[in-house]
Amino acid sequence: MKLRIGAIADPGTSVVNLTGGWRTEIPRITPELCIRCFNCVIYCPESAVKYSDKEGIYFDYDYCKGCGICSNECSGHAIYMEMEEK
Amino acid sequence: MKNLFASGHRACGGCGMAIAIKLILEATGENVFVVSPTGCLEIVSSPYPETSWRVPWIHSLFENAASVASGIEAGLKALGRKDEGKVLAIGGDGGTADIGMGALSGMFERGHDVTYICYDNEAYMNTGVQRSSMTPIGASATTTPAGKVSYGEIHPKKDLVSIAVAHGLGYVASASVGYAADLMDKVKKAVDHDGPSFIHLHSSCCTGWRHPSSKTVEVMRLAVLTGLWPLYEVVDGEVVNVKRLAKRLPVEDYLKTQGRFSHLFKTDEGAEVIRQIQAMADANAEQYGLDLDIEE
Ligand SMILES: Cc1ncc(C[n+]2csc(CCOP(=O)(O)OP(=O)(O)O)c2C)c(N)n1
Ligand code: SF4
Ligand code: SF4
Ligand code: SF4
Ligand SMILES: [Mg+2]
Repeated sequence: MKLRIGAIADPGTSVVNLTGGWRTEIPRITPELCIRCFNCVIYCPESAVKYSDKEGIYFDYDYCKGCGICSNECSGHAIYMEMEEK
Repeated sequence: MKNLFASGHRACGGCGMAIAIKLILEATGENVFVVSPTGCLEIVSSPYPETSWRVPWIHSLFENAASVASGIEAGLKALGRKDEGKVLAIGGDGGTADIGMGALSGMFERGHDVTYICYDNEAYMNTGVQRSSMTPIGASATTTPAGKVSYGEIHPKKDLVSIAVAHGLGYVASASVGYAADLMDKVKKAVDHDGPSFIHLHSSCCTGWRHPSSKTVEVMRLAVLTGLWPLYEVVDGEVVNVKRLAKRLPVEDYLKTQGRFSHLFKTDEGAEVIRQIQAMADANAEQYGLDLDIEE
């Protein structure tokens, strides 16, 4: 690699690093219990909780590290964590 | 959400700082220039040739984030390009309250139009949980380990908000990662403020504080609800918008959630330290009028 003074990287390139492999527990949702408080979306450190009108709350398992915050903060007790078998 | 802090960053699962950055950028939007000193934030977000930042971001040295931010602001001003965005510095407690203190004081004194946010995880986390001047009394860190001859950290935290206020800043606030809407509101006010502004942000490190990764937000809230981390703003020298508490919880409710304080629950000396920590929370309640008198 050519060395320069300073180093510049293109915006948002860390998306190549799929952190889903770090996970030991995986979040799952019972959609009927969701009251759309969006705590899960707001507090996920990986921005891995997504929402669409059609699908409701869903997870981006490419990046979810399985920390469990979404489940802990879920007002409707809709999100639960499961041991993930790989 | 705007997702200006990209996924794929290397922060530990459940890191409070990672939540903090996504919320801060949600509040500022994309028109910002961000500076970060060395520390977890820089390390997890920028392993060359990758970066998680979707806004212009630069890594300074450990000690001079405030100086680099000052230079960017002065440069934008000199070039007549200030309308392109606000300048933000986001640094850890070590990079801010310890080695970066002089640079920060200079930035305040020269009146640069920069918002400085210190995410305070209460130790040097990136190098392995060494104590900083922001490590709270009673916490075990690798350089203040609790054991037979010590109960951990012996010095109280620096009062960073008051240090900033003493420089004559127009907008200073304390904030917590556990209160997202309040944090984003304060970030907006800070960047909209003309001249230097400062936010002291409590930010859990589940790895160094030793609590389950799922509890990060809950632990942050308990710091506020026990009176150990009062939420308030100081506008033109006046304390305003104090978050008042209907029923302040005992400090044990916060301390018992974290391994770094677990030794305090095992000895008489530890019990005495807990009483000392409770007295600090009581003093905060008195100073900021935290307790909501239901009778009122
Ligand atoms: C001048 C200098 N001294 C020491 C270091 C080593 N170092 C790198 S990060 C760090 C601690 C950072 O602590 P803090 O600012 O609290 O950020 P955190 O990692 O906790 O987020 C230290 C001591 C350095 N990079 N530069
Ligand atoms: S488990 Fe953690 S990383 Fe995964 S979706 Fe929930 S909050 Fe995000
Ligand atoms: S936290 Fe729970 S209730 Fe709230 S939006 Fe997410 S899944 Fe729904
Ligand atoms: S060590 Fe702490 S602050 Fe650093 S990335 Fe891990 S959880 Fe976050
Ligand atoms: Mg730190």
